Amino acid sequence: MGRKNMNTDKKTDYEKIELTVRRQKRISDIITYVLLSVWAVIVLFPFYWMVLTSIKSYGAYNSEYIPKFYTLSPTLQNYVDAFTAVPLGKYLVNTVIFTLATTFLMLIVITLAAFAFARLDFKGKNIVFVIFLSLMMIPNELVIITNYMTVTNLDMRNSFTGLILPSVTSVFYIYLLKENFEQIPDTLYYAAKVDGTSDFKYLLRVMIPISKPTLVTVTILKVIECWNSYVWPRLITDDERYFLVSNGIQEIRENGFGRENIPAMMAAVVVISLPLIILFLIFRKKIMEGVSRGGMKG
Amino acid sequence: MRKRKFINSSLKGWLYLLPAILFLGVFMVYPLLDVFVYSFEEGYNSASQTYFGTGFYNYSYVLHDPYFLQAVKNTFVLVVITVPLSTGIALIISIGLHAIKPLRELLQTIYFLPYVTNTLAVGMVFMILFKKTAYSEGLINLLITGLGGTSVDFIDGPYWAKMFVLCFYTIWVVMPFKILILTGALSGVDEQYYHAARVDGTSKFRIFMRITLPMISPMIFYLVITGFIGAFKAYSDVVALFGTNLNAAEMNTIVGYVYDMLYGDSGGYPSYASAAAIILFVIILTITCINLLVSKKNVHY
Repeated sequence: MGRKNMNTDKKTDYEKIELTVRRQKRISDIITYVLLSVWAVIVLFPFYWMVLTSIKSYGAYNSEYIPKFYTLSPTLQNYVDAFTAVPLGKYLVNTVIFTLATTFLMLIVITLAAFAFARLDFKGKNIVFVIFLSLMMIPNELVIITNYMTVTNLDMRNSFTGLILPSVTSVFYIYLLKENFEQIPDTLYYAAKVDGTSDFKYLLRVMIPISKPTLVTVTILKVIECWNSYVWPRLITDDERYFLVSNGIQEIRENGFGRENIPAMMAAVVVISLPLIILFLIFRKKIMEGVSRGGMKG
Repeated sequence: MRKRKFINSSLKGWLYLLPAILFLGVFMVYPLLDVFVYSFEEGYNSASQTYFGTGFYNYSYVLHDPYFLQAVKNTFVLVVITVPLSTGIALIISIGLHAIKPLRELLQTIYFLPYVTNTLAVGMVFMILFKKTAYSEGLINLLITGLGGTSVDFIDGPYWAKMFVLCFYTIWVVMPFKILILTGALSGVDEQYYHAARVDGTSKFRIFMRITLPMISPMIFYLVITGFIGAFKAYSDVVALFGTNLNAAEMNTIVGYVYDMLYGDSGGYPSYASAAAIILFVIILTITCINLLVSKKNVHY
């Protein structure tokens, strides 16, 4: 009798403990989700606000002393204004040209260099590699002054050449690609040599296809960097015909539309932001993986 | 024959490297040397490309320029506030993310969004959220007055208000990278340590302090260093909020000062710009060295 009693006591004890543990877990879960949701709202709200403002009509926006969190009469007029009142289309085309050309040239330069470091043997290779690595430490701010003077003296201001040339090499990407190339087994190389394949052909036919994932990552990261670049384009262009989107939006803010037409400004902001967001949603995994491998902005 | 072949292959290696060496030489190595030359040339005239002396005058000018001192102050305030705060918040969020299962991927995707947006463009959204205009107080101010406070103009108003927006936006911009790195580090901690601790009945807080934190400390440290460097180079997010005339807004940063000296209405002084850039470089180098020394004592590898 006494024994039985003890047993049931024990059981309820276990249940009690289990219950409190479960309750604790639920409380901590709730706190966690609330916390995470708060940050999600802080991140998303500016995006929501920019889209919302961009579809409010000019009159409606300016008559709202207390801004509304929704709109019942969405309009696309602001997008029309963004493309007609200011040369937003031109800015976009410029940025696409700049991005594609810079990324394409950079891919050629870094692939050749990475191939030399990973596959070829020559005197002085190690010294050059160490010098390259040490260049990674140099902040852009230190070299941009002379580059500005160089490009100005070469009369390349307000030209795509001047915009593109300084950013077609990246030591970090050379390093990343070299590491990748080195993982390709030597036997493949010797087999190709026996077949009489030249080094260049081997690079094109074997190494590049094998390293495609890394090349894609590098390409995407470079595209993001180009699309968002602001400082160099600002220094090197003062002719509106060569503005990229970052400078374009700054110009729109200071001189376009008139300062008060915020809905049209937000429409331009949406147009500028959208391409990268779409790119990100498509290549989410690749981008996040690439960035965590060392893609600090700038 | 053998020798010739070796020379040939050597030549080939250099040929493959040629484009990279050329670009790096012209746009990195040469400028790196040149910036020191500029910084010592006194009275350099960019139109005639002449100067009349060498010495430390440029440094002394920059160090006595009130705009530069203001920029240094702003930059330090920004660094001191945003680096610890963003790292701390990112740590809390990453721990939260690590603890949940449903919705984790969705939240991770959302949190990463600021990384892929144009700093200038989204900065404008922050500007209109915080700005007071003739026809509207702006959303944030309505929130403040709704809670019983008095409204402030965060964009053209008092110094602390402008600094607040700048810090807020900076943290918003740098969080994706930190959350990404920290969630990666947290999921890299071997589950066995946790199991062992739980068997021993260790409390959650103790597990965090004794296992999690030491295990991810190298990554936290990496974030602190990159955070310091990034915040010291703050510029485009400041422009996004306050426009290009940063000296007038009292919100200039060191990098902003360098560019203002080089270009624009106040520009045309590459020597002053160079001196300021070198001072910035020395500051960053010093801070990084101090960080490295501190980490030797506290980081467990």
